Formats: sequence, C-alpha cells, structure tokens
Amino acid sequence: MVTNATSFSRSGLSDWIIQRFSAVILAAYTLFILAVLGATPELDYESWRAVFSQNSVRLFSIISLFALCGHTWVGMWTVGTDYLTGRQLGGKGTFIRLIYQSFCVLLIAVYLLWGIQIFWGS
Amino acid sequence: MLVSIYRYNPEVDTKPSMQEYEVDLPEGKDLMVLDVLALVKEQDASVAYRRSCREGVCGSDGMNINGTNGLACITPLSAVGGPANKLVLRPLPGLPVIRDLVVDMAIFYQQFEKVQPYLINDAPAPAIERLQTPEDRAKLDGLYECILCACCSTNCPSFWWNPDKFIGPAGLLQAYRFLADSRDTATEERLSDLDDPFSVFRCRGIMNCVAVCPKGLNPTRAIGHIRSMLISQGT
Repeated sequence: MVTNATSFSRSGLSDWIIQRFSAVILAAYTLFILAVLGATPELDYESWRAVFSQNSVRLFSIISLFALCGHTWVGMWTVGTDYLTGRQLGGKGTFIRLIYQSFCVLLIAVYLLWGIQIFWGS
Repeated sequence: MLVSIYRYNPEVDTKPSMQEYEVDLPEGKDLMVLDVLALVKEQDASVAYRRSCREGVCGSDGMNINGTNGLACITPLSAVGGPANKLVLRPLPGLPVIRDLVVDMAIFYQQFEKVQPYLINDAPAPAIERLQTPEDRAKLDGLYECILCACCSTNCPSFWWNPDKFIGPAGLLQAYRFLADSRDTATEERLSDLDDPFSVFRCRGIMNCVAVCPKGLNPTRAIGHIRSMLISQGT
C-alpha cells in the first residue's frame, strides 16, 4: 500500500471510478451542447440565454462543471506525480510539485466558483 | 554486420558511450542476438552481459534490441526490427546500469516481493496436497509462466516514472496469479494492499508490456482482472 495525501480520494479505486464516471458525464454534456448548436442554426444571445435559463440545463451544466473539476484534479495530480518528482527533478522535485498542485487546486476552485456564479447567477 | 553496444563501466568511465563492432556472420544461418554477442565477446572480452540457459527460460539476457526489449537468446536476427545489417544493443531502460548491458534489478525484485508471490492459506495443511479442479487450475494459465526477465516492466513508462511505487506489469501479473488461485485464502488482504493510487492504478493501459513479453503473456489483461476484483470488493 502506497499512501498519498494529495490524491483526490486517497484510494486508487475511488480516483479511478471518479475519473471514468466524470468522463461519461462530460461526454454526455458535450453531445448535449453539440445537439443544441445543431438544433439552433441561427444562434444569438437570446436563444443561447433561453437554453441556459432552464433549470434542467443549469443543473446539468453545474453537475458537468463538478465532473470537470474532479476529472481535472485526478488527471493533473497524476501528471504531477509522474513528472514533477524528486526522481525526475532532483532535490527540489517535491517543492516544485507542491507549488504546481497548489496552483492547480486554486485554479480549479476559481473556475468552479466562477462557473457556478455564471450558471446560477442572473 | 555492424553491432553497436552501450558501454559503461562506472569504475573507469565518466559517462556511457556506444561502441561499434564489425562482426562477420556465418552464411545461411539465422543467428540469435545472443550468438552475435558471443562473436563480439571474441573480439572484445570486456563486453559485459548476463546469460545463462540460452533458451528463453532463465530470463537473464533481457536487453533493448534495436529499441525493443527482448531476450537476446530467443530473438533471431531476422525478427529484429530497425535498419538492416545494424544491431543496436542497450541495457533494459529505466534501471541503474551496473556495467554495459548488466542492470541493477533490485527495485524490480522489491516490487515483486511486495505482492507476496507465494501461496497463503490459513487452513491446516492436508496430509498430501491441496487439490484443485482442472477448471481452477486452468485459471492460472498465462500467469505462472512469467520468468521475471523484466522486459515488460522496463518497457513501461509508468514504471520508469514511479518504479518505487507502481508495482509494474511483471509484479501485477504475479499478484493476479495468486488472486486467481483457488487455494489462496488471502484475497481480501492482497486486494486491500493494492488499493492505492499507485500500485495498480498507475497502469494507463498502453500495453507496452504485452507487446514485448518474450513468453507471450498479457499483463494488461491481468491488471484489468485485478481492477475488476477491486471494484467488486470496494464498491
């Protein structure tokens, strides 16, 4: 058992399931957006706003946003622990990885809160 | 034939280099790479490599042959890819080099040891032997044949980046060999030991291990089975 404090859920299995499950949600959301774009040949502000003023679309968007954030953290964490390690970068590896991880967490938090505000505000 | 060999003797050299040898091959014979190495050794006795059984059973002479890992003793020149009439031999990638084509396999064995590659059964030993149905025995086919040559694990990028945390395809094949054994009673403990973000889940399924296994085994499939068992136990 290799312990790790910064992985999404501490468990390899949970991280793996979160990544697969969120990928399915994101694929469904992508298809939905493509269908909206296909069904609305003349897309203007009013029609776009009409789509996103429905509660079901807002809910789907926010769930997809959460899925995107979880998916991103699992993926970025994996990339960081592959390439930004003491083995690859020498003595400063852990410090560089922690800076990178903090930056990722901060950016994901900003996107998540800002996204919720956009979808659920006004 | 031009043979280019990775040379490094840490006691003398400051850095590794490639040394070229011109080898005359006998007419009408498809030599194995190990035979070519023997011809090189006749020219230069200082070239170091491991070999023992010379028939693909001991797993000593795993090396990188024209960019692909394989056993020198059972890889004929006709099956070697890359440019014709040139053979480039390097040590297995990702492991520390002891000298020339000889690598330090300690970390590979440590990962193997982690999966407890032996039968664990807490029931009292029977008088003669623990019996198994032919169907249960068949589940071990394709798992027990591994000779620990390390061709697969040293061809796996996940193992290159995290050789101390990711068990690697060879170790995981053995992990599944005991998870699949009907006589083993430690399945739950074995699975719990593997449920972290590195040991199994660093496998990204690129199947480099399957592509190079000299025994034709499929570690990626075994890893998939371990993942399924973890899902059944953990959800």
